[in-house]
Amino acid sequence: MLSNWYDFRDLGNPVSRLIEGLEDAGVSDGWIYVITGLLGAIGILTFIGIAAVINIWIERRVIGRVQIRRGPNRVGPFGLLQPIADAIKLIQKEALQPKVADGFVFTLAPIVIFVPAILAFAVLPWGEQMVLADLNVGVLFILALGSTTTIMIFMAGYASNNKYALLGSMRVIAMLISYELPGVLALLGVVLFAGTMSLSGIVGFQDFYWSWLIFFQPLALLIFLLGSTAELNRTPADIAEAESEIVAGFHIEYSGMKFGLFYAVELVNAIAVSAVIATLFLGGWWTFGLENVIPGWILFIGKIYAVYFIFIWFRGTLPRFRIDQLMAFAWKFLLPLAIVNALLVAVEVFVWTEYDLNAGVVLPIFGVVNFALAGVLIVAFGRMIGAAYERYPKQPMMYRDIDVPLPEPAPA
Amino acid sequence: MAIKTEPIVVNIGPQHPSTHGVFRMRVTLDGETITDAEMVIGYLHRSMEKLAEERTWTQNIPFTDRMDYLAAMTGNMAYCIAVERLAGIEVPERAQYLRVIFAELQRIASHAMANGTFINDCGAWQTPLFYMFREREKILDLFEMTCGARLTLNYMRIGGVAFDIPDEFMPALQALVDELPDRIDEYDQLLLDNEILLMRSRDIGKISAEDAMNASLSGPMLRGSGVAWDVRKGDPYSIYDRFDFEIPVGHNGDCFDRFIVRMAEVRQSLSIIKQAMVDIPPGKHCAEVPLNFRPPEGEVYSRIESPKGELGYYLVSDGGPFPYRFHVRSPSLINLSALREMVIGQSVADAIVTLGSIDINVGEVDR
Repeated sequence: MLSNWYDFRDLGNPVSRLIEGLEDAGVSDGWIYVITGLLGAIGILTFIGIAAVINIWIERRVIGRVQIRRGPNRVGPFGLLQPIADAIKLIQKEALQPKVADGFVFTLAPIVIFVPAILAFAVLPWGEQMVLADLNVGVLFILALGSTTTIMIFMAGYASNNKYALLGSMRVIAMLISYELPGVLALLGVVLFAGTMSLSGIVGFQDFYWSWLIFFQPLALLIFLLGSTAELNRTPADIAEAESEIVAGFHIEYSGMKFGLFYAVELVNAIAVSAVIATLFLGGWWTFGLENVIPGWILFIGKIYAVYFIFIWFRGTLPRFRIDQLMAFAWKFLLPLAIVNALLVAVEVFVWTEYDLNAGVVLPIFGVVNFALAGVLIVAFGRMIGAAYERYPKQPMMYRDIDVPLPEPAPA
Repeated sequence: MAIKTEPIVVNIGPQHPSTHGVFRMRVTLDGETITDAEMVIGYLHRSMEKLAEERTWTQNIPFTDRMDYLAAMTGNMAYCIAVERLAGIEVPERAQYLRVIFAELQRIASHAMANGTFINDCGAWQTPLFYMFREREKILDLFEMTCGARLTLNYMRIGGVAFDIPDEFMPALQALVDELPDRIDEYDQLLLDNEILLMRSRDIGKISAEDAMNASLSGPMLRGSGVAWDVRKGDPYSIYDRFDFEIPVGHNGDCFDRFIVRMAEVRQSLSIIKQAMVDIPPGKHCAEVPLNFRPPEGEVYSRIESPKGELGYYLVSDGGPFPYRFHVRSPSLINLSALREMVIGQSVADAIVTLGSIDINVGEVDR
């Protein structure tokens, strides 16, 4: 479907027109490939740049609201210029480097940590044609990128040559490796259901069957969401930074703009994961026909921030797990649920395709069954895991009189 | 292949967000498990006990503010009661009631702070702290209304209190007393069923009743371990024998027990305040005491139940204008002495939670 080039509901339209123009002008295919790629990259980088700055403001304002205070409101209207003031402050600061640090790796870590965060945006569809690289293994690509962050964080922690940083990076590695598994298995359910690994394909699936995948995969969404908090180092799983324990964990020795990069990448990562969730579970740019009125990419950004809000909410509300509890949560709670979910989806898809059933009949049934099972599984399994604490009384005993003998009064 | 491992020594503090001031914990770690811990104190030592020997009895009251600066009222009260016992000064009825009201308000404020920072140490990124601050702020407003100060109050005097309460105090106190129970119920709902908080604080930092008594712990630390002891009941001072209140006692002696004991104590404090508000008589707010009075020769040890535990003052007078000896039995220091036994074998994260549950105030530890 190629609309008019001035149809900005899908920014792919003007680009397609540009490609046609270039082809007419006799530009070789290789150059067109490079030019369109650059255009997309510029677009994505612009979004990331703006988002990283705005997110600081959003995060601090929302957290402020959660914590019955106002958040930044002094610099500019509604404090909107606060991130810029922060950035200026960070740039002015001296970028200290400990003598004992491994200088090369120490400097490299905050730079390369940006790469996976940005690359993830390449495969995300912003509109029907608005996708930079429509990989047919998009989901796998994103999961792979998520794991590479581990290495950068370990680089930062290990190169700092600081005990807190070492503890932090140690925790990160243990945690991220554990949380890869439930995340992958949760997305396996989605992939099985949609029958494709391409993110555009998954959005197309939701478009074709006129329903978001959240209605069929609530359990997968929950597992992926909780797993993402670990990947993103946010509470309740921010043990890598753990302000109250190991102060800042892996980036304790970083100052100035190097610290700023870690701070920014955290926000970009949050946006990337929110975008993945929005694409896989909330239909991406597709919103029940609303994308014909409002541009799909604007709806997509709206969904990203809706998911991002949940992450901020988590951060403002929940205490932190201890590392062994976090591991136990991944291995004992999320992983079995993810496996059950994948099995369930496999059975459903098998029944659906093998007997060639009508999608209009089976999909509502699948939705209801999956929702009911998700509720039952979470409650039952949660009770099983959390039951250890139920037997403890939650109110102290109250004594009106005390029977402790008084010591002899000292002779006057 | 055998991997060579060795324990690492990590300094937690003195500059650390969770050490509640400048307290340092030198821990030896095997992985994340603490195998040894050494408490280093003294970074906030201000030599108050010695300085007090160079100042008159009345001039020493501000020092008591600055020891436990989160509970200045009880600090004032402990010292003033000790001096009154030494000199045999009768305190007017109204002053006694005012002292009780303010001491209990201070207990609520201090416990709000303790519980807020405790959950903060569990990793809740400051949200509970801000909510507890909201309640504490109202109490500090009441203090400001009465004596003009919010933190280091210097409100009590030997023989009574410095000022009588203003007219608008009682309505504001009534509003607070009416509002707080609902708020506490809200926090109970939010916190007591929070699985993560339970996981982080249940069975963490346990100390048995026997160990707690042997370590001479007091306050919520002792009561959390299941010992029903409260100086207000066991050795009543001021007019505490006139009020009807209960002592909350924990079950296991873990961090969560200390947390719920503090929560329950806030409710009991409110009940005491309510009773005192009804009974408070009119009259003088301070006995006539000369500014540089000289108590007779002698010594006294007097203790009160401060929010953190048994706060005792040991005062010796040689009949002069200055104390001959001014010694403080500070609950923070003595409660802290049990920390080493509590944290060994735990992980770093638990050690921080345990430290938070003790509710130390380094100003009082080092003095």
